[in-house]
Amino acid sequence: MQLVLEKRAERSNTIALISPLIAIVLTIVTMVVLFAILGKNPLLALHAYFIAPLTDSYSLQEIAVKATPLVMIAIGLSLCYLANAWNIGAEGQFLVGAVAGSWIAVKTQGTDAGVWVLPAMLVLAAAAGALYALIPAICKVKFGASEILTSLMLVYVADLFLDYLVRGPWRDPHGFNFPTTAEFDPVATVPLLIEGGRLHLGSIIALLVVAAVAILLGRTIKGFEIRVVGAAPRAARFGGFNSNQLIILTFAVSGALAGLAGIIEVAGPVGHLQPGISPGYGFTAIIVAFLGRLNPLGILIAGLFLALTFIGGEQAQIAMKIPLDVTKVFQGILLFYVLACDSLILYRFKLVFPNRQVARGAG
Amino acid sequence: MELVEAIILAVLAASTPLLIAATGELVTERSGVLNLGVEGMMIVGAACGFAGAWLTGSIFVGALFGIAAGTLMSLAFALMTLGLAVNQVATGLALTILGVGLSGLIGAGFVGERITPALHLNIPGLTDIPLVGRVLFGEDGFVYFSLALVVGVWWFLYRTRTGLILRACGDNHVSAHALGYPVLRIRTIAVMFGGACAGLAGAYLPLAYTPFFIPGMTAGRGWIALALVVFSSWRPGRLVVGAYLFGAVTILQLHAQGWGVGIPSQFMSALPYLATVIVLVLLSRARTGGSTAPAALGTVFVPDR
Repeated sequence: MQLVLEKRAERSNTIALISPLIAIVLTIVTMVVLFAILGKNPLLALHAYFIAPLTDSYSLQEIAVKATPLVMIAIGLSLCYLANAWNIGAEGQFLVGAVAGSWIAVKTQGTDAGVWVLPAMLVLAAAAGALYALIPAICKVKFGASEILTSLMLVYVADLFLDYLVRGPWRDPHGFNFPTTAEFDPVATVPLLIEGGRLHLGSIIALLVVAAVAILLGRTIKGFEIRVVGAAPRAARFGGFNSNQLIILTFAVSGALAGLAGIIEVAGPVGHLQPGISPGYGFTAIIVAFLGRLNPLGILIAGLFLALTFIGGEQAQIAMKIPLDVTKVFQGILLFYVLACDSLILYRFKLVFPNRQVARGAG
Repeated sequence: MELVEAIILAVLAASTPLLIAATGELVTERSGVLNLGVEGMMIVGAACGFAGAWLTGSIFVGALFGIAAGTLMSLAFALMTLGLAVNQVATGLALTILGVGLSGLIGAGFVGERITPALHLNIPGLTDIPLVGRVLFGEDGFVYFSLALVVGVWWFLYRTRTGLILRACGDNHVSAHALGYPVLRIRTIAVMFGGACAGLAGAYLPLAYTPFFIPGMTAGRGWIALALVVFSSWRPGRLVVGAYLFGAVTILQLHAQGWGVGIPSQFMSALPYLATVIVLVLLSRARTGGSTAPAALGTVFVPDR
């Protein structure tokens, strides 16, 4: 028996729509098996993961809060991946944005600086994220160095730099030696949307980003160029599109969005700079981008879904002592299934039973 | 002299996991497949290797567990990229994300077991205790094995017919297929070899480098191994040079931290990663006269029948 791929005459739009759903169903089936292996009641575990977080307002808000950085980063990454530029260092750009924005917050701490502080933080964070993403982009365009490896190496560098700052020059003198800056002033904090709640202005910014990129991709020439360069590089060359310029552009935009997400996370839900501000948002966003089919609206839905797994994972840990790593396994398996199902868009899977003689002839 | 000897020993120990993982990935890439999941396979190899050694008390069994874990992970990768023609870059990332989660899950029960007597350095008593003898004859088995592995891979790639066919698949899968070679089967085996090596390299960390398991202990070594393959221009000999150079950078920054050089430790710790970026840039720049990478590297191949 042998698995054979047969190319479809044209890509199947039906499958393109339902393949993420097939992937989610397959992932859940796999998780049931995993829960059973771990000795947990699969139904209760699934309830804790996917239903419980949807039943109270606090968790619902928390899902939106977690989805905010995921969606913002994934939107940027989707532009890169559409243009066939492999930025996998969004985690680093997120951290650098957080650091750059925090610089203003730390320097203005305790002064009577006005309402300009937060906007300045957002702008600086986006600029820093973009510049940090430009390092691998320029190394790629100018020298041909693999952007995959360089962008990832810079994640570790950013992580260590942040660690240095909060343990050294920026450490809160009243913080009992914990590696953290002081709590940001109110003018350096992202405002809440609901008094006493969790939802903050960052979620609105994320929605605006989704809308802006949807327009960019669907309605502008640049968006068209990005899609053509990725999908048909030869056609793009004949069309006179500059693929190097697009690598620079998509990296800069995705870096800026990751940096913005970083400062919003720090100046929003976290409230100060410290190590471990990201539970791997930059990497989970890769899954979000693919699960969302590199489409802005799809990414919004996928971001909410993966945020649900984060919150559900926490609840499952509290309620059923299920290790947090199960969430990461879940996310990894999900990406596997998403990619496998995507193959169905272009190919038909066929099982072939070769008869003995042919097999002997081939061998 | 004592210090020099200690540094050389430490460099060899730090380089060995890089060398093993990179050698495996080199074979994979020479067959035309880019498996970016080295980090994921390594970290699962580390968790399973530690688990195996802790359960049985045998380092050798631990190493076998690591190899088996890495191979299984790479089989998943092969099924996806070779069986279902999925994008290799994305699948490699998925493998790493999955590996990080799996290793946390598998290793969680072993994190407390920091001091495990079964996991002390394995020093074979061949010919030791002359003055510099420890460097040559007092290493753990992994170090000797890694060097034998490189020689074996070199011999296989350049001195055997199968090695030639494997390289042909990596340079032009259409021609190799037309000549009747089973491209996908050869690539599957190459991917599995890469997975076995990555698993062993990961297992080396808790079995020989530090005698305990901590989550995330590979700390990007899988990615550095990938960079080393580029550094080596896909040639096994240069891989040894590259791996020992990177091991040296890692150890020197550790020693510099110990000597109290006035640079914050985090900046020193960032050196191996920065060095990787710089080396990649310099090498790619030097190579203006055409790439030395296998021509079909990373491209999807679906045989038509």
